[in-house]
Amino acid sequence: MSTVKATRPLDPSPRLRRRIKPVKIASFTALLVTTFLMLLPLFFMVSTSLKSKREMLKFPPTFLPESWALRNYVDIFETLQFGTLYKNSLIIAGFSVFGTLLSSALVAYGFARYRGRGNNFWFILLLSTMMLPYPAIMIPQFVLFSKMQWIDTFLPLIVPAFFGSAYNIFLLRQFFSTLPEELFDAGRIDGCGELRMWRTIALPLSAPALATVAIFAFIYSWNDLLTPVLYLSSSDKFTLPVGMASLTSSRFRIPPWHLLMVASVLAMVPIVTLFAIAQKQFVEGIVLTGIK
Amino acid sequence: MSVIKSESRRQTFYMYLFISPWLVGFLIFALYPILSSLYYSFTDYDIIHPPRFIGLANYTEMFHNELFWRSVKVTLRYTFISVPVQLLLGLGFALLLHQTIPWRGFFRTAMYFPSMVSGVAMSLLWYWIFNPQIGLFNYMLSWFGIHGPAWLMNPDTALYALIIMSLWTAGSGMILFLAGLQGVPASLIEAANLDGAGRFRIFLNITLPMISPVLLFQLIMGLIDSFQVFTQAFVMTQGGPNYSTWFYVYNLYTSAFKEYRAGYSSALAWVLLIVVMLFTAVIMRLSRRYVHYEGGSSR
Repeated sequence: MSTVKATRPLDPSPRLRRRIKPVKIASFTALLVTTFLMLLPLFFMVSTSLKSKREMLKFPPTFLPESWALRNYVDIFETLQFGTLYKNSLIIAGFSVFGTLLSSALVAYGFARYRGRGNNFWFILLLSTMMLPYPAIMIPQFVLFSKMQWIDTFLPLIVPAFFGSAYNIFLLRQFFSTLPEELFDAGRIDGCGELRMWRTIALPLSAPALATVAIFAFIYSWNDLLTPVLYLSSSDKFTLPVGMASLTSSRFRIPPWHLLMVASVLAMVPIVTLFAIAQKQFVEGIVLTGIK
Repeated sequence: MSVIKSESRRQTFYMYLFISPWLVGFLIFALYPILSSLYYSFTDYDIIHPPRFIGLANYTEMFHNELFWRSVKVTLRYTFISVPVQLLLGLGFALLLHQTIPWRGFFRTAMYFPSMVSGVAMSLLWYWIFNPQIGLFNYMLSWFGIHGPAWLMNPDTALYALIIMSLWTAGSGMILFLAGLQGVPASLIEAANLDGAGRFRIFLNITLPMISPVLLFQLIMGLIDSFQVFTQAFVMTQGGPNYSTWFYVYNLYTSAFKEYRAGYSSALAWVLLIVVMLFTAVIMRLSRRYVHYEGGSSR
């Protein structure tokens, strides 16, 4: 994974530069130590996932596996129905990302481009829903979805995404507001319809912001535990977090440590891949939309 | 005149057209649930049978319920330690990285990396790290001659173990602070520097006020997130040992979906909602004097 390049360091003036040395050395050392501490759990996560059951129970933990138990990565598919879990999570996350992007981009465009009556009122209402804790509304939602016979289907995990999410709408609206008016005037003169301007002018210019929203939506759906725990009851519909959470349940006398780590590594793969592909856009998106 | 009028009408029409998905969603997935959970909170309701009105009984029960108070204490203690320390660490990392220093890109990526492991994967990893027999944490403590406690298995340390774990993702705050720091005009800093202000003064009088909106945003979102801790309790401790990690939302989830007391849980939900709104309002109010918005107007 290449490194992130976003912020431009301040060019220190000559006065500062003269006495900067010790500060720099101290900073560098502090960074080195914290980075080491931050990365150590990750290192052990990968190395432990490759250790045999017996080696896992050794103390102190070995840094590198004595014999590489690549088998663990096969075992997880048999013990946990890992393939099914993975597939379910990918399907749900895929639809959620698509739904969030589509709806949030439409709504954000409406807020950013049209100074219609009530714009401020609705926008403030939108912002205040960011504070709304999901647990505060989950019981009536559960009742609603069970009346619609949606229990034990993916629908309660997907459909709400198609109605926009406050945080992502906010982020995209900030971005759309920075697009120059002239572009849209030109579009209008060319006889472009409103929806077409959204699709052909606004969206293509907003790649960084859209990538950021896509990543947020993916991570949110991929990691969500509470919602699938509520709605999914048959094991062939479980998502990855639900299946993984069962690894610490009391049905194992000794937790299958090696499988815990394999599952964690594999759960991380799509997120890391996504970041690796979109990180330039992601960082740019965060900087440009400016959380202010 | 009529041209202006029709233009504003056109703007209003398209605005509502574009925001209609959210408007519909707001009504169905936010407003309706909020109002009906308010109603449920005054009823005896098990989701299967129709709700039966019982007045304030759920609320009075709550105030005499030991587990409720336990969950409040656990959640507040977690929040008041974890959120400020996370903010300080995030800001600290960002300041360290906001200078010309070798390996900047590497450090930034490395520190953000743990934030990608969040959720159940992170809980499983730290479940192992905190294991007193084979885990990494006590092994590292042993380098310094410390014999570590049983962490998640000890009621005195379990909550602190979860707090330590939460600091691991301070990198996600760092990214936002870095973006904020980038918005601080270099010209301001140079001017202060010419006037003879030291590093610390520059930070206190220029940098900090300029990034205060980012700080405020993260403080509020951090509080709201940490009031809703669920995954860690569900995966790592099941609220234990001896209810030492009995978080508020875990309590709410248990009484709604294990004990089928949806009425009582709705009362819990409303208390959570009110507490979140109160905290946000108080912070916004207190911050008005300190938070700087470009253009000078403090909203």
